[in-house]
Amino acid sequence: MQGEKILLLGVNHKATPVEIREKIALSDGYEAPLAALKKIPGCRECYLISTCNRVELVVVADGQALVESDIVTFLFGGSLSEQESSQYLYMYYNADAVHHLFMVAASLDSMVVGESQILGQLKEAYRYAAKFGATGPLLNKLLHKSFSVAKRIRTETGIGSSAVSISYAAVQLAGKIFGSLKGKKVLLVGAGEMAELAAEHLVGQGVDSVVVANRTLARAVDLAKRFNGSAVSMDELGHQLELVDIIISSTGATDLILVKQDVKAVMRKRRNKPLFFIDIAVPRDLDPKLIEIDNVYLYDIDDLSSVVEINKSERDKEAISASRIVDEEALKFQRWYQGRAITPTIRELREKIDTISSIELDRTLARLPNVNGPDKKILEKMMKSITSRILHDPLTYLKSESCSGRDDSDVKVDVVRSLFRLDSSSNEK
Amino acid sequence: MNEISYLLFLSVLAVTFIASAAYLVFFFSQNKKVRRAARMILVVSGIFQTLYIVSRYMLVGHTPITSQHEAVIFFAWSTTWAYLSFRWRYSVKNFGTLVSILILSLLLISSISSRELTPLVPALQSWWLPVHASVSLIAYGFLSLAFCGGIMYLLQERELKSKRFGYFFSRFPSLDALDQLISHCLTAGFVFLTLGIVTGSIWARQAWGTYWHWDPKETWSLITWFIYLVQIHQRHTVGWRGKRGAVMAIMGFAAVIFTLWGVTYLLGGVHSYAG
Repeated sequence: MQGEKILLLGVNHKATPVEIREKIALSDGYEAPLAALKKIPGCRECYLISTCNRVELVVVADGQALVESDIVTFLFGGSLSEQESSQYLYMYYNADAVHHLFMVAASLDSMVVGESQILGQLKEAYRYAAKFGATGPLLNKLLHKSFSVAKRIRTETGIGSSAVSISYAAVQLAGKIFGSLKGKKVLLVGAGEMAELAAEHLVGQGVDSVVVANRTLARAVDLAKRFNGSAVSMDELGHQLELVDIIISSTGATDLILVKQDVKAVMRKRRNKPLFFIDIAVPRDLDPKLIEIDNVYLYDIDDLSSVVEINKSERDKEAISASRIVDEEALKFQRWYQGRAITPTIRELREKIDTISSIELDRTLARLPNVNGPDKKILEKMMKSITSRILHDPLTYLKSESCSGRDDSDVKVDVVRSLFRLDSSSNEK
Repeated sequence: MNEISYLLFLSVLAVTFIASAAYLVFFFSQNKKVRRAARMILVVSGIFQTLYIVSRYMLVGHTPITSQHEAVIFFAWSTTWAYLSFRWRYSVKNFGTLVSILILSLLLISSISSRELTPLVPALQSWWLPVHASVSLIAYGFLSLAFCGGIMYLLQERELKSKRFGYFFSRFPSLDALDQLISHCLTAGFVFLTLGIVTGSIWARQAWGTYWHWDPKETWSLITWFIYLVQIHQRHTVGWRGKRGAVMAIMGFAAVIFTLWGVTYLLGGVHSYAG
């Protein structure tokens, strides 16, 4: 609006290949990037989410501030040219930004439409931002709204139940490689939520046992307990590769944890029994060259998504009714947002008129030395009633409900503000 | 009798053609009813093939396996029944399509070679003839199934590796199922191939006095036998499975085909009259 703008920008799995996303995935928590964002001049509120499929941030900034270029530099750290970054980055303002955020929360923008993890990730990201004091009244309202929109969609449409997840894609691929999954062993490297979910699916399909390797052994032990599996340390990875069949990797490591040579040596010991790698980490954990080895199959999340494409028509129907809910809720929010803009306008308008009248009154009184006491009171009273009568019509106009039901309060605010030159007067001060 | 036999041959061709067509329809439509029909038609084709071989037997008075035409018919027959008697036809998705096309091509090849009745050289009139020739050709039947499995394996493996999940991805069976199919067919084929060579050499001892002639067909059979021996050995010791196993199954089959035809046309030898 006049004083501020909502800006959403980011990259996701649709527009940006995993190689580019790797460059901006923030693996070291939210605090440092949020602090950096807050320092950008003109940025009032900010919030940031980073998952394996997207990095997105929402900023409430001063209306005139040019925060965009600063944010882009912050995101890519100068590793991409401006042209490249504009090719991969999307930017939404105000109503569009709200709409996009709702789409994300409702899992309509996810790689696997309808998966429920994104809502949890959003809530966690919000928790960080709120704790860090990065969000303010507007973002608090906006994010809480996005959670309730997601909840509404989950209860009113079948999008959650018909969701076919990444893990389902993994199960399908495993089926094409191994046939039956009975007696197969799964190794989870890193204890991410996504990996957990995939493992759950595989166990449901008859996978024999689960081994968890993690940097912190305690977390590995916890997760292993859930699957009645065993926990190992990361140093035992090489040995484990000889025993397992499916590896799901999702560590937060910045470097590759397995390269071609490692696996090649293992294949000899395995007597070429097939190995199926799923790399859901960003940045990637596994050397893309692994696929060159015979009987080794490696897929990252982008690959898995193309498997999911195969049977998505069913979900699309539910997605349509879910999109309708998003449209509706985004509109409601927009109305609230614009309504919020009326109050300061009314205040400013009153202030301006009051200031003018009191200046003029003072000036007049200075020229009339004989007037004092009760006469002065009468003059002041007359001045007040003139201003309130003048203000009456513009204020009714601002507060009125438009008859067609369409909300056009932003237009009204604009008219009133330009008519009374509210923006320029506030600048002059 | 000759006419009945000819009619039988024509019906074999027609029925097999319909079976292949039905299997192709199933491949594209994935309609289970079509598959059941295709399977029934292939069984009928198998029965007609059997009847045709019986009719040839009655015509020539010995096991009809001595001319090019007869040998290839027998090859097709053993492939058909190796497939139909095999439990793999249930677990290996769409295997029938490829196999039925292979059978049809074998039958078509047999139809272009002469159907003339060739009387048997007295030296070969022995009950070792049906034993040796049929055992060898049954081996070929299983090895050709391994070949089909190898082709399907390579196609499916390519889809999986290239990460483009196209037409074959959903229609072809899992790599593991194909690998097992190859392994089992190789083992069965190898056993029969060994028996074929052993019976052949015993028969040679009876007919010509020596166990081994180094006649081109014998040599090439031995080469084929070694190719299969090596790959079965490697599979069980160092794990030549998966893609390499599939490639080897295809190479082995190439050797089989060369032994069957290449030797006859290019190299000659004592077997050449036997197709």
